[in-house]
Amino acid sequence: MSTQIEKQETETEEQESEPAVESPGEKRREQKRQRQAEREAQRETEEATLDDEETVTLKVFRYDPEVEGKQEPRFDDFRVPFHKGMTVLDALIYARDRYDSSLTFRHSCRQAVCGSDALFVNGRQRLGCKTQLSDLDGPVRIEPLPHQEVVKDLVVDMEHFYEQMHAVEPYFDADEVPEGDLEEQRQSRENREKVKMSTRCIWCGACMSSCNIAAGDNEYLGPAAINKAYRFAMDEREGENRKQERLRIIEQEHGVWRCQTQFSCTEVCPKDIPLTEHIQELKRESVKNNLKFW
Amino acid sequence: MYEHDVIVVGAGGAGLRAAIAAHEEGADVALVTKLHPVRSHTGAAEGGINAALQEGDSWDLHAYDTMKGSDYLGDAPAIDTFAKDAPEEVIQLEHWGMPFSREEDGRVSQRPFGGLSYPRTTYAGAETGHHLLHTMYEQAVKRGIEVYDEWYVTNVAVTDHDDPEKRECHGCVAYDIKSGKIEGFRANGGVILATGGLGQAFDHTTNAVANTGDGCAIAYRAGAPMEDMEMIQFHPTTLPSTGVLISEGVRGEGGILYNDNEERLMYEYGYANNDGELASRDVVARAELTEVNAGRGIDDEYVHLDMRHLGEERIIDRLENILHLAEDFEGVDGLDEPMPVKPGQHYAMGGVECDENGETCIDGLYAAGETACVSLHGANRLGGNALPELLVFGARAGYHAAGRDMKTAEIQTGPSAESEAGDVEPPVEPGAIDRGSEDVAADGAAVEPTSVIENTVARERERIETLLERDGINHAEVRADVQETMTDNVNVFRQEEGLKTALRDIREARKEYQNVAVSDPSRTYNTDLIHTIETRNLLDVAEAITLGALAREEFRGAHWRAEFQERRDEEWIKHTMLAWEDGTPRLYYKPVILEGDEETYEPKERSY
Repeated sequence: MSTQIEKQETETEEQESEPAVESPGEKRREQKRQRQAEREAQRETEEATLDDEETVTLKVFRYDPEVEGKQEPRFDDFRVPFHKGMTVLDALIYARDRYDSSLTFRHSCRQAVCGSDALFVNGRQRLGCKTQLSDLDGPVRIEPLPHQEVVKDLVVDMEHFYEQMHAVEPYFDADEVPEGDLEEQRQSRENREKVKMSTRCIWCGACMSSCNIAAGDNEYLGPAAINKAYRFAMDEREGENRKQERLRIIEQEHGVWRCQTQFSCTEVCPKDIPLTEHIQELKRESVKNNLKFW
Repeated sequence: MYEHDVIVVGAGGAGLRAAIAAHEEGADVALVTKLHPVRSHTGAAEGGINAALQEGDSWDLHAYDTMKGSDYLGDAPAIDTFAKDAPEEVIQLEHWGMPFSREEDGRVSQRPFGGLSYPRTTYAGAETGHHLLHTMYEQAVKRGIEVYDEWYVTNVAVTDHDDPEKRECHGCVAYDIKSGKIEGFRANGGVILATGGLGQAFDHTTNAVANTGDGCAIAYRAGAPMEDMEMIQFHPTTLPSTGVLISEGVRGEGGILYNDNEERLMYEYGYANNDGELASRDVVARAELTEVNAGRGIDDEYVHLDMRHLGEERIIDRLENILHLAEDFEGVDGLDEPMPVKPGQHYAMGGVECDENGETCIDGLYAAGETACVSLHGANRLGGNALPELLVFGARAGYHAAGRDMKTAEIQTGPSAESEAGDVEPPVEPGAIDRGSEDVAADGAAVEPTSVIENTVARERERIETLLERDGINHAEVRADVQETMTDNVNVFRQEEGLKTALRDIREARKEYQNVAVSDPSRTYNTDLIHTIETRNLLDVAEAITLGALAREEFRGAHWRAEFQERRDEEWIKHTMLAWEDGTPRLYYKPVILEGDEETYEPKERSY
């Protein structure tokens, strides 16, 4: 961050030494730079008055392809006052609202259901909103999800993740539709229990980011998508025909057989979904299914 | 310019349902959302979906409960339509594969909920909203419905006519968050606003950060009035540091509320001697704040909700989710210590005035879900009625916009439905600032849709350019000022002086907003810009809530006034309406419709 301040100061000096004709636009931009510098200074002062024991230092990954000085990825330090119960997301919001409004990250529900703030915090995929700072060693290093293209700062491109989710035909599709608008399809409690954990996925992408295989094989469906396939393949209401089609999708070359059972997806899943187990179960289903034709 | 038959703004429960309905009707439909559909706040709903499914239950019982729950501020045509359509909507979700909790015989489970005369709340664990959202997104994927995700709609394109009821909506303008591109969207059938809640007008809310009342403010400035905005539901048990909701289930299982003297406040201070902790939401919320105001709160802020005495086994069996929430978001182990809780903003009963088919007074402009006020919840929403609302009225808006021939709506919309003029005297002329830059109608007498859209796009480009180019203050300061005054003055307890203070503060924030600027110069994923535009919307909704609260001189449902401690049926069975007139809100009233399909609802005292 200090480099940026120096840069701004230099520019200011240049302006002062050359009071040439100033366009209104240039004047505005100049005021804007000055204001930015004032904010930086205010932040420095504010940070300087903070007691070490009451603060936490964030080391935040910064990158913006458009803005000069941010095109080269770097880490910025932010010292944020700490209070009990504070999460990584709280600290990021504080840093953004008080110190640098260009600090960019996704977040919305801040209660672990929208799945938008999956980040790489101290070397592990976590949801910013459900990670207590008190559980982490400082300084807290915050990076975008690995193995995803960075759009800006902590925001990654989720398109590939969504494409893989869509590739497994992620929607319920029963062989038979009940007659009558108020006629239910019955589902046993046991069957609901069986698919329950798989339905908890919030599409945060943490599992995909943690998976070594997905990192090396762009076509691998990945744990979240396979889990989605599991959710429907195991639902007794869909019927045998549809199940056969679902198994065909996950048996493909870049499907379940790519999984090397490293458990990293299961380890990082913020909703505790036993992803690896679900992948293994689909492997077994696939084998059973194929054996019966021999 | 993009072109579709129907454009749905917002892709939470209401938006998805509307899009699916329009698609079923044969329309080419697109969803435009500032998040991605699965990130919508519908996913945070815990409770359930009310619908009369079982023998012995019936739609008219559901309707009666809803009318009574609304404290007689709901409109009968909305309530009747809702209760009749709900069962089919719920079973349709089941047909779409939603993982409902099940009974032994494999049917969907239903459980009792507050204010219901029959156990008619269907649910999927304590994550009903999550499952509903994902099930509907899956169906949208199945149908190949086009989604513009991370596109922020900043305005609608509406023709210029003095009379809002003669205006036409032809589309909207959206900003691509990823690239910074600003584009027009032409909608041949209609634009449906389904942007969700406005909880961010308060600094303590269960709502997501994205819930900034965008749809409300956009429709309002286009000329569709806002209805019953003062009716804000506060939930009594939210975590103090984040506003995360602690389900009513904790009190249902026997959780106890204590003040700082370790007294069981609901009984010892006599707030609800019959019901104790299980009194209705508004009663408990008022009790907690009374304790805090009397100096018996903990850290002058909250009370304790204790469930330790229930025992580890029962807690883990029935309230496991709550342990996670307290641990993850407050750093408190609910097995070892009581949880801190305080009331928080939870739901907006008011919103954009529309009829049973979701249409506003502007031709082609619709609203659905929490953004809208069909006048279903009146002064108080029953738990479990928000999710069926977004199904029923999302679907109806979708069908209507796609051209289905539907029964003519009984609810009248627009300023001509006025019954009497409002007479509230605000301490300041609220909102009469910054007209011009925010005008929404197209320039001149243009009626050709393309030019209406192009003009609106040009104005939005200019607005965004200005925000990016100029120098000024950060929006976060203005937003915080509004949120703080709303929480201080327009909260659970409301009194005249406080409401006037809030209006002055909002006016001050409006002035300040004239000086906001975006300091991040980037066009790539500029959240600073998005939040700055959102803050503009928050100003309008905050002002409407406060003006409505000042106008309504009675105590009805969630709306409590220090000076008026009774429900005053003779004078106040009417809706508070606010119309945007050259930047100044005009207050008027519209009669409540109590004549239902079967019978006329007679106002009774709301006691449970």
